[in-house]
Amino acid sequence: MSEHSKEKILIKAGKVLTPSGARISDVLIEDGKISSIKENLSAGDARTVDAKGMWVVPGLVDIHCHLREPGFEYKEDIASGTAAAAKGGFTSICCMANTDPVNDSPVVTEFIRKKARDAGPIHVHPIAALTKGLKGEQLTEVGELAASGAVALSDDGVSVRDANRLRLGLAYAKRFGLKVVSHPEDLDLTNGGLMNEGYWSTALGLAGITRAAEETIIARDCAIAELEDAPIHIAHVSTRGGAEVVRAMKKRGLKVTAETAPHYLYATDEWVRDYDTNTKVNPPLRTDDDQTALIEALRDGTIDCIATDHAPHHIDEKNVEFALAANGISGFETAFGICWTALVKPGHLTPEQLFEKMTSAPAAIFNLDAGVLEEGRVADVAVIDPEAEWVVDPKHFLSRGKNTPFTGRTLTGLARCTIAGGEVAYEVK
Amino acid sequence: MLKNKDLLGMRDITPEEIHEILNTAELMKTVVTSNNKKTPHLQGKSILTVFYENSTRTRLSFELASKYMSGVAANMSASTSSVAKGETLIDTARTLDVMGTDVLVLRHPMTGAPHLMAKNVKASVINAGDGTNEHPTQALLDMFTMREKKGGLKGLRVAIVGDVRHSRVARSNIYGLTKMGASVVVAGPDTLLQPGLERLGIEVTDRVDDAVKGADVVMGLRIQLERQKKGLFPSVAEYHKYFGLTEERIAMAKKDALVMHPGPINRGLEISSAVADCPQSTIDEQVTNGVAVRMALLFMLTRRKPEAAGL
Repeated sequence: MSEHSKEKILIKAGKVLTPSGARISDVLIEDGKISSIKENLSAGDARTVDAKGMWVVPGLVDIHCHLREPGFEYKEDIASGTAAAAKGGFTSICCMANTDPVNDSPVVTEFIRKKARDAGPIHVHPIAALTKGLKGEQLTEVGELAASGAVALSDDGVSVRDANRLRLGLAYAKRFGLKVVSHPEDLDLTNGGLMNEGYWSTALGLAGITRAAEETIIARDCAIAELEDAPIHIAHVSTRGGAEVVRAMKKRGLKVTAETAPHYLYATDEWVRDYDTNTKVNPPLRTDDDQTALIEALRDGTIDCIATDHAPHHIDEKNVEFALAANGISGFETAFGICWTALVKPGHLTPEQLFEKMTSAPAAIFNLDAGVLEEGRVADVAVIDPEAEWVVDPKHFLSRGKNTPFTGRTLTGLARCTIAGGEVAYEVK
Repeated sequence: MLKNKDLLGMRDITPEEIHEILNTAELMKTVVTSNNKKTPHLQGKSILTVFYENSTRTRLSFELASKYMSGVAANMSASTSSVAKGETLIDTARTLDVMGTDVLVLRHPMTGAPHLMAKNVKASVINAGDGTNEHPTQALLDMFTMREKKGGLKGLRVAIVGDVRHSRVARSNIYGLTKMGASVVVAGPDTLLQPGLERLGIEVTDRVDDAVKGADVVMGLRIQLERQKKGLFPSVAEYHKYFGLTEERIAMAKKDALVMHPGPINRGLEISSAVADCPQSTIDEQVTNGVAVRMALLFMLTRRKPEAAGL
């Protein structure tokens, strides 16, 4: 447990989002729990957070990020990653297994959880590898990993190339209640591509990545999950066709869930035009048409949630030729602002819908005890300023990864205060 | 005058700039073809060719262009493996920049490398071919050749045939020619074309006959033999039969149509020997014109620097 004492916190006069709806009230936090949600609460000795004009919502939940520790601490470590998450309003995050060593054993899972507890109050839930070394061959010890606190299984970064290996993994993991997360990408179709295949890849002379690389694997993995009657979660859906396959599979009755990432909702392949390597991400930034389809898929529930795919890198890995640059965007600190700006401001989603996509919905996918704000629960809370306009400047990121294509963009909406487990993890001074 | 410090691609320059480069190259051609190939245009300037890929004509023509104009020319060749292992492109570029280089001429196997270099140096950067993106000086010399032979570019029908997908020559010519009012049609097997080509303002077809019919210029593109192994076409013989520039096909073009090729050519693959050596072929003259165009560019880019005028 953290050394910090659990102070009393009173969040005053915010628009509080509980399972029964949103209304103006106060929230009192005691002993790390939500002790009361009522109007006009008072607690003389409590630390007070003025939330007038703010949303008071469950701490945001991110089920897809890369914390880089162990092994790549020069990109990010658990302390800097959780600090960045807190700044972004997140209180529960799930980190992928592509560390060094890979998180394919209980030792690594436990190491990550211990480091996270030492770092502060943000809840870190490791996602373990489905196969040893992410090689797509031997299964990891799913039972032992579950017992050590892994919340899901994924070879994220690569898709399991051998369809039969995936079938075996889905069949075996069911018994231990861990969901398998698919990174949908057919590497043969990707064929060394560097950006979305289309007008811009042709105009810029960069090898393209066809949408079919994503769509075929979503279809394949869903068909295999259906075969085993196993649940499956699809990571970072970025295309119209990908969303359509998920929609069809849901209609068919499959236990499939899906996420997309903020950058697919705000940026397009046109952003690559000056060969800015900060726009290089996998799957790649797509088109306006894909964006429209993803927004529709969020609205109709085809895409269950938004996950950051926070992928911090060192500047030396981005300040190189486009072909040599690492894939990924440092996303924790821009995720909410982008989603509010791209989805709520234009009226595509209501505030409540967006909060659901970033709190209760992702929490439900991995059965996390998070994403709901009500009396008696662990006090994970984000105080969100929906009016704040701010300009993205990676110099101010708490993440070590300054790799963002959003530098200089004006966003609306940010977390003023993030409370995790009853402790203030971040507060705008 | 050129607007930018660098020449990175035909995508970034205006029709007026193209016009001025071609006019200047006309003057330079009189030097290249004269008995006394020496002018003072680049006196006191240093030009460095930095080649991460093999090249004969491009590198040599830049070097000769510099020397004909009394500039100092040097060459750096690097294997691409040293990029991945050792010094980064930016570090190399900075090192070369601070040696007092006025123009860096870069050939690189990766798209966007000259753009990255240009952002990190004071010297002017000329893109001498980057990955599958652009080769602007080749397009300029091709356009120079067409203009000289046909009296202008506007209204010309230019057929570009072959591996458009991987060709930086094709992309630069597409950008340049469409800006100058020519109409461009590209042709090849669909495996060697890309999605979205039509949106560059050109016609696209997988039937070479249709492209060549009535063309003023027929330009062949080099096919790399390794494309066959990667499954992009089945055999040399079949490629030549359906997509190669043969005498029968060239006969479908206008009678006085030019036959062009950036070289080096694969005889019997993308072009038959008879076509490569026919009287309409400009393959050799393109090389001469390449020196003239590169002289023009080096002169124009070094003239940009105001402080250089007094020296």
